[in-house]
Amino acid sequence: MNDPNTTSGSVAEGRPIRVLIAKPGLDGHDRGAKVVARALRDAGMEVVYTGIRQTPEMIAEAALQEDVQVVGLSILSGAHLGLFPRIVEELTQRKIDDVLLFAGGIIPAEDVSQVEALGFKGVFGPGTDTRDVIEFVRENAPRRV
Amino acid sequence: MDAQEIVDSLLAGDRRALARAITHVEADTMIGREILRQVYPRTGRAQTIGITGSAGTGKSTLVGAVAREERVRGRTVGIVAVDPSSPFSHGAILGDRIRMQELTSDPGVFLRSMASRGNLGGLSETATGVVDLMDVFGHDVVLIETVGAGQDEVEVATTAQTTVLVTNPAAGDEVQSMKAGLMEIAQIMVVNKADLAGADTAVAQLRALLAIANHDAWKPPVLSTVARANEGVAELVDSIDDHQEHTRSDTHGAQERERHVRGQIVALVRAGLHREVFEIDKVNSLLDELVLEVAARNQDPRSAAGELLEALPKLWATPEEM
Ligand SMILES: Nc1nc2c(ncn2[C@@H]2O[C@H](COP(=O)(O)OP(=O)(O)OP(=O)(O)O)[C@@H](O)[C@H]2O)c(=O)[nH]1
Ligand SMILES: [Mg+2]
Repeated sequence: MNDPNTTSGSVAEGRPIRVLIAKPGLDGHDRGAKVVARALRDAGMEVVYTGIRQTPEMIAEAALQEDVQVVGLSILSGAHLGLFPRIVEELTQRKIDDVLLFAGGIIPAEDVSQVEALGFKGVFGPGTDTRDVIEFVRENAPRRV
Repeated sequence: MDAQEIVDSLLAGDRRALARAITHVEADTMIGREILRQVYPRTGRAQTIGITGSAGTGKSTLVGAVAREERVRGRTVGIVAVDPSSPFSHGAILGDRIRMQELTSDPGVFLRSMASRGNLGGLSETATGVVDLMDVFGHDVVLIETVGAGQDEVEVATTAQTTVLVTNPAAGDEVQSMKAGLMEIAQIMVVNKADLAGADTAVAQLRALLAIANHDAWKPPVLSTVARANEGVAELVDSIDDHQEHTRSDTHGAQERERHVRGQIVALVRAGLHREVFEIDKVNSLLDELVLEVAARNQDPRSAAGELLEALPKLWATPEEM
């Protein structure tokens, strides 16, 4: 995670990738979200961290205002199948169709395909190596300007 | 979207266009520069207010409280929150939204986080443009949060008409050391966390310092707040309004406006020169050559600097093609 060779989180033209890390739902544990946020920061990205208990509307609104390329959601409460579709809907309502979505936390294997069908390109379970998340974001983040 | 489309949508009140315009300005693209050229004549309607001070003094909490008070007064609010980039990875965690949660779903508020991207002077360059965009979008008030103490902070002060310097009680040493540069940039001083011991002393110290500092027509007030409990916030907004009135008054308006844009132009020139000198490879290889010459005492530092200045390619005027 502190590999000196991975210090540029930049896309080709040398601009840092902007990522929103948010915690939807009611559970108050954001240790995992913070670990991912720091890892992405250490990989040279600019991470907007919104804190816990975000409503779908707050997440979509933050993604809009911050014009992030990537939105990562961390969820432990088991409410993903309820919350994720609402978040995608809020994003769609705002015509945000050009962000990379990924999810982390506790998402049972049998739910993964449903989450992916919503447009999440990456689903990372507990114990994921943060280097995998960094690589995933670097490879898939859409270009912004 | 090209510059024209972005400008049109932005002026029509499209929040996404505002967000994208900011991205262009932050990245200093051709489109970004074109957008700023087009919108600049329409700027100047918003109150622009910088909130600055050392890390952890409660700036974000205060910005949130001020924004709520402005909303109560019926004004829309744009917020630009700047956090430092890591000098090692160049990445950043932009966490100011955490303290402004409830503003996120208010359609009268638009909050954008920015990383300082570590380039001295460059921050004021982009922040000034972002503030202009927030202004032409139609926000009545634009609040800019910046951290730090030093040159960056002084430069960022040029982005706002009114700069509020936030300090804390028991920051006596800080107050002593800040008198030189910072006093001059701030038009309003705030001792936040006034619920902690020593607030009265800090206020008195600041007032004593300001009494000997030479200020023109405007006498910077020293206020105390408890941002976390909304105390003193209405008084702060009153004070900001007073200063805004001052900067727009018949007697002082022209002078204040000129002071403000002079600061902006000088900051942009400084940023441009800095970039030309230190961020362009061609310049760096010339610098390396000159270093060897001067180290061998074949040339003196002053003439080496002169040679470098003359050789500066005028790349600043033409940003990367996007
Ligand atoms: N006691 C007290 N604590 C406060 C007050 N205002 C803010 N704080 C606390 O101070 C801490 C820092 O607040 P922030 O608003 O994040 O401060 P900041 O200056 O924006 O911090 P950075 O952006 O990290 O430089 C938080 O724990 C706040 O709850 C206050 O009036 N009194
Ligand atoms: Mg802050």
